[in-house]
Amino acid sequence: MQNGTAIEIKALKKIYENGFKALNGVNLEIRRGEIFALLGPNGAGKTTLINAVCGIVRPSSGTVAIGGYDNISQYRKARSLVGLVPQELSTDSFETVWNTVTFSRGLFGKANNPRHIEDVLKRLSLWDKKDEQIRHLSGGMKRRVMVAKALSHEPEILFLDEPTAGVDVELRKSMWAQVRSLRETGITIILTTHYIEEAQEMADRVGIINKGELILTEDKKTLMQKMGKRQMIFVLREQLTTIPSELGSYPLTLEKDDNGGKLILTYDAETENDISDVLDNLKSHGIRPKDIYSHQSSLEEIFIELVEVK
Amino acid sequence: MNIRGILAIYTFEMGRTLRTLGQSIASPVLSTVLYFIVFGSAIGSRMQAINGIPYGAFIVPGLIMLTVLGQSVSNASFGIYFPRFTGTIYEILSAPLSFVEIVLGYVGAAATKSVMIGVIVLLTACFFVPLHIAHPLWMAFFLIMTSITFSLLGFIIGIWADGFEKLQLIPLLVITPLTFLGGSFYSINMLPPFWYKVSLANPVVYLVSGFRWSFYEHGDVSLMTSVTMILTFTLACLIIIGWIFKTGYGLKK
Ligand SMILES: Nc1ncnc2c1ncn2[C@@H]1O[C@H](COP(=O)(O)OP(=O)(O)O)[C@@H](O)[C@H]1O
Ligand SMILES: [Mg+2]
Repeated sequence: MQNGTAIEIKALKKIYENGFKALNGVNLEIRRGEIFALLGPNGAGKTTLINAVCGIVRPSSGTVAIGGYDNISQYRKARSLVGLVPQELSTDSFETVWNTVTFSRGLFGKANNPRHIEDVLKRLSLWDKKDEQIRHLSGGMKRRVMVAKALSHEPEILFLDEPTAGVDVELRKSMWAQVRSLRETGITIILTTHYIEEAQEMADRVGIINKGELILTEDKKTLMQKMGKRQMIFVLREQLTTIPSELGSYPLTLEKDDNGGKLILTYDAETENDISDVLDNLKSHGIRPKDIYSHQSSLEEIFIELVEVK
Repeated sequence: MNIRGILAIYTFEMGRTLRTLGQSIASPVLSTVLYFIVFGSAIGSRMQAINGIPYGAFIVPGLIMLTVLGQSVSNASFGIYFPRFTGTIYEILSAPLSFVEIVLGYVGAAATKSVMIGVIVLLTACFFVPLHIAHPLWMAFFLIMTSITFSLLGFIIGIWADGFEKLQLIPLLVITPLTFLGGSFYSINMLPPFWYKVSLANPVVYLVSGFRWSFYEHGDVSLMTSVTMILTFTLACLIIIGWIFKTGYGLKK
């Protein structure tokens, strides 16, 4: 890949045989060396998009270029650049880890290279399992075997379709660490997720997809400022007519209701807030909340917001 | 051409075969022995020689064909159906492999296994009847072409099937009757004229006939008819597979 573009997707549409429109004209450019997170709720079309790029789903129209090569007319060159870890755990139970990873390399037409396979297995902490049959491994290890298979042929681009779905917190964190260390090797990574934190944790850029449409793509920082809205809500005992002017330096709003009403502190993920400081100040003005809770915009709320804004 | 990719599939499939070699071989060998006990010895001893060939020897080519046909269809259909079923097919589809290469890998491995089993059945038969092979090269031709053609057919079935029942359906409902009525145990010349004509519509008749000719220089139809027919079937299967790959039927959504 000479220029800065790893993948270029243009007007990609997919209508499944049953008439379902899973992708509705997606345009997307993936930059070389970045971690791109495709974020969207279940059924948004993430898997369909990845599969259409990787040759598993036939696009109905539109084009995909991988490293400048069309993924249909120049599929050999295009596919050689890509490693895919699909969403579903699917492995050959009776094969050993070593054999299955070596097999994958062969499929991609690469000469045997035990050194590289060893490297990959060590990187993914699978080296001591290399002679085990896959059926004897835990789910997390199976997932890593699939990553090892995808890396076996030294791809420049790696797709991870929901790498941490159904995985516990510990494993999720170690998967994140592994993805980050992979990026150090210069590989471009595209991952899908429906967890905001995951995108936040790992991605350089984020694309949001909903109902087959890419609603926006943005640098993670910018996006988090827009999306990562948090609120600290102070439930009041007594009605308050106005917010005392001394508290004006805090981003506070007043919400009235039939009871005492609420004071709402709104901030984003980037700003530091000292809640106890706010509390002290409230107290000194005779405001004693009877309850305090925090609220963070859920993905659904963000979607609604984004769709409405559009 | 992605030779390494073809080899990877071929080796993988052969590995699967070798892992289960015992059962792959045990069942056809056992059924051959049973056929010989029942048809060769028990019934065969009371049968007249057919075209001058003792009955026990007469059924050998048919028995081999029976096994090879069944094995080819089941190996090849299972070989491609299984990754579709488990989902590991994703890797084959996302690899830089052409459809022709995928077929070469899967069908090549299935056909190799069938030929191996055909030879093993032949060797088993040697324990029961003195065998004479008049034209070893023609024998090899029929054995190999049958293995390839029916492995292609098996591949088609494995792509078409969307459940294990369907995988069994065609072999059970089509292949088994055709092989039993294909002149494995008799010469179709022994049939009444009507059934003789019906039999000529059965592709297996030509395979068994050509194969038997390569042993005893005697077939139900002429050698060239057999050769033409088997090549026609091969071509028919290739055309269907070509269509499958053009449309992505059963493989790509
Ligand atoms: N083979 C198929 N036939 C018909 N509809 C499908 C098929 N595969 C997926 N879909 C539908 O397409 C939509 C997008 O699916 P998918 O790409 O898997 O979403 P995601 O990965 O974002 O959860 C879903 O509504 C799903 O039901
Ligand atoms: Mg998905």
